[in-house]
Amino acid sequence: MNPSNGKGPISMASSSASWRVGDGVSDQFPAGLRVLVVDDDPTCLRILEKMLRTCLYEVTKCNRAETALSLLRGNKNGFDIVISDVHMPDMDGFKLLEYIGLEMDLPVIMMSADDGKNVVMKGVTHGACDYLIKPVRIEALKNIWQHVVRKRKNEWKDFEQSGSVEEDRQQKQSDEADYSSSANEGNWKNSKKRKDDEEESEERDDSSTLKKPRVVWSVELHQQFVAAVNQLGIDKAVPKKILELMNVPGLTRENVASHLQKYRLYLRRLSGVSQHPNNLNGSFMNPQEAAFGQLSSLNGLDLQALAAAGQLPAHSLATLQAAGLGRSTPKSSIHMPLVDQRNVFSFENPKLRLGEGQQQHMPSNKQMGLLHGIPTTMEPKQLANLQHTAQSIGNINMQINSQGGQSSQNNSLLMQMAQSQSRGQILGETAGGHVPRLPSTIGQPILTPDIGPNVSARNGIPENIRSTGYNPVSQTSSLLNFPMTPTSELSVNSYPLGNTSGVSSLPSKGSFQQDINSDIKGSVGFMPSFDIFNDLHQHKSQNWELENVGMTFDASRHSNSAQGSLDLAQSVLAHQGFSSGQMTGQNRNAAAIGSTMFSSNNGTEHGNAQNVGPHLNALLIDNQIRVKTETFHDSNPANIFPEHFGQEDLMSALLKQQEGIASAEHEFDFDGYSMDNISV
Amino acid sequence: MEVGQMQRRLVDYTKSLFMEGFLDSQFLQLQQLQDENNPDFVVEVVSLFFEDSEKLLNELTRALDQTNVEFKKVDAHVHQLKGSSSSIGAQRVKNACIAFRNFCEEQNTEACMRCLQQVKQEYYLVKNKLETMFRLEQQIVAAGGSIPIIEMSS
Repeated sequence: MNPSNGKGPISMASSSASWRVGDGVSDQFPAGLRVLVVDDDPTCLRILEKMLRTCLYEVTKCNRAETALSLLRGNKNGFDIVISDVHMPDMDGFKLLEYIGLEMDLPVIMMSADDGKNVVMKGVTHGACDYLIKPVRIEALKNIWQHVVRKRKNEWKDFEQSGSVEEDRQQKQSDEADYSSSANEGNWKNSKKRKDDEEESEERDDSSTLKKPRVVWSVELHQQFVAAVNQLGIDKAVPKKILELMNVPGLTRENVASHLQKYRLYLRRLSGVSQHPNNLNGSFMNPQEAAFGQLSSLNGLDLQALAAAGQLPAHSLATLQAAGLGRSTPKSSIHMPLVDQRNVFSFENPKLRLGEGQQQHMPSNKQMGLLHGIPTTMEPKQLANLQHTAQSIGNINMQINSQGGQSSQNNSLLMQMAQSQSRGQILGETAGGHVPRLPSTIGQPILTPDIGPNVSARNGIPENIRSTGYNPVSQTSSLLNFPMTPTSELSVNSYPLGNTSGVSSLPSKGSFQQDINSDIKGSVGFMPSFDIFNDLHQHKSQNWELENVGMTFDASRHSNSAQGSLDLAQSVLAHQGFSSGQMTGQNRNAAAIGSTMFSSNNGTEHGNAQNVGPHLNALLIDNQIRVKTETFHDSNPANIFPEHFGQEDLMSALLKQQEGIASAEHEFDFDGYSMDNISV
Repeated sequence: MEVGQMQRRLVDYTKSLFMEGFLDSQFLQLQQLQDENNPDFVVEVVSLFFEDSEKLLNELTRALDQTNVEFKKVDAHVHQLKGSSSSIGAQRVKNACIAFRNFCEEQNTEACMRCLQQVKQEYYLVKNKLETMFRLEQQIVAAGGSIPIIEMSS
């Protein structure tokens, strides 16, 4: 399902174009409800699909939880509800439930032939909105739309309550609203009562409470969120202040609160799982990774995720997107956001928890591993995940920097580049309609400085990007090339440095990188990244806004994880200094994700990856490195790291790759050769 | 045999399957899902079930053959089989699976092996019955007739 919403950062009921509660289209409602059904039993799956179709729902089925997650991440607004089996071989249904709840906040219905009280209770505690006993009858499925409506309604209320909503109707609603969806942060609970009138109520035009504007946490938005949280300090970050810092019209405290809650969980999860080499994901990874991760995952799926995850700074995202978009095909647009988010996370908030954190798999993770010279590691796996590629590119860059001992400048450049690359990738990816995962790093000025070593890592991202063959990746790379700083030129070079330096992975991936470099080069002198993105952004801005909502980092994470197996990469990345600057503790998670991708164990989880990381890490951690090199290698010519990343090339490469990328699974075949394959 | 006769035979045969507990109302649900857009839906789903079940039964046989039986794994397989058999309405297979799971919990290898035999038996029985039923349907369609809708008041 492709999100059709092109709404802005706060998109309302993304999916429900066809059936907005309370809308005039209620006649068709709930027809067109987009359901994702997950069950490893083919018989049941087929039956459910048929039943749901009979109910006039739009059904997508998959038999593996991982597939489902990447589908969701890649298309944050693509589904309205998820139905999942409890017992599945690759992942526990409850775990999937958690991830979905954290990252996408979609209603999830569990089902099983098991009707034991304990199991049903588990469903309740994990937040399932319903539990069906098999065999499922069509009558039971007819009413599942109520869960979607209910959730939206509650969100609406939260939205209203936070005060940003016009107080009119919201007031009434907010009073009764139960903030179930918002994090139940004690401190902001009171916000409910407050209604500020300032926010425009466009979301709520319908005035029907049912129509609740669902906040779409685009990459950009998420980045802003992460930035705000980082600024405040994760401990002091309260929804109200975050909201103020973010200064996003239409965003309510409730939205922020619930998002914060999720983010915290995500971070926690990351730190829990980030045994892995957070290092990789580390500092540089995060920002970049996020970007990359996004890209990689963007492979077509997760752009949104990336966007969401990355929460790239708006401007950076925009630029990335623009850049990416410009380059790649429409896909990029989507990617951009994702990437951005990732970047954002990685840098800023260790706490960012992108959904599961898995998503966030900061591209850096991937890249890290790649960069480190572990050519093999990076590639295949990283490639697999476009998202990761973005990261990887970033990472690569970063690594390159670190490896090559590039000047910090390079690093920063790389970072930027990585970011841009990731963005590019994202953009490229978004072309596919996914939220571009622009490496937030690009957009984030913060990134560069911090990233230092990380920056280089970012370069790696481009690599990652390449691997995934996603165009987005290429984009990212291209983006990366644009070192946000004027020294962009350097950054471009830095890639090559990276390549030349120990980062063998890079060279191997080289083709990709090169592409990236060349691509990025084009953008050199951007600060231009912004500019580029702007271009891209223009194309896609709308895309990624919508898509990104989700912290699709998970997707990226997945990809990362797949790639994560690059142990080498991770360690390399870790060395890169990821661990150093960037990854703040929190980033670790993010970084971890990236790294997990590689080998999933780079101890130094860089918090950077936060955005991406959390999800990614989680994924990675879980998946350990399922290095799936998504078709990264193929079409991304952007692999070329060394040269300068022509953004355009990269983007296009990424996009191309993306297209070519199977995207579905992370499985990448590259295993050993990282970037080479990626030819942008 | 003329179409009318074939149709009656089919109806009686199908009804008997319900009466004897081979099939339950879930199977009716499947039949109701079949329409002109998906004219072979039931056959398709049942075929999926056969394929999947046979894999599971093989896995189960292998698992119980080990010196150290992993009951968790066995239970997982049986659970899966229970789920799919209940989804298509193969009632007796499902019941046999339920009994099987109880012994898995007790970690009683002997009893589990007996249960496996029981499940296999029920499975092959219902497979046979369903295949016969499908054959009858095919004959009717080949003769130009239409498949009668079984009304089961239960």
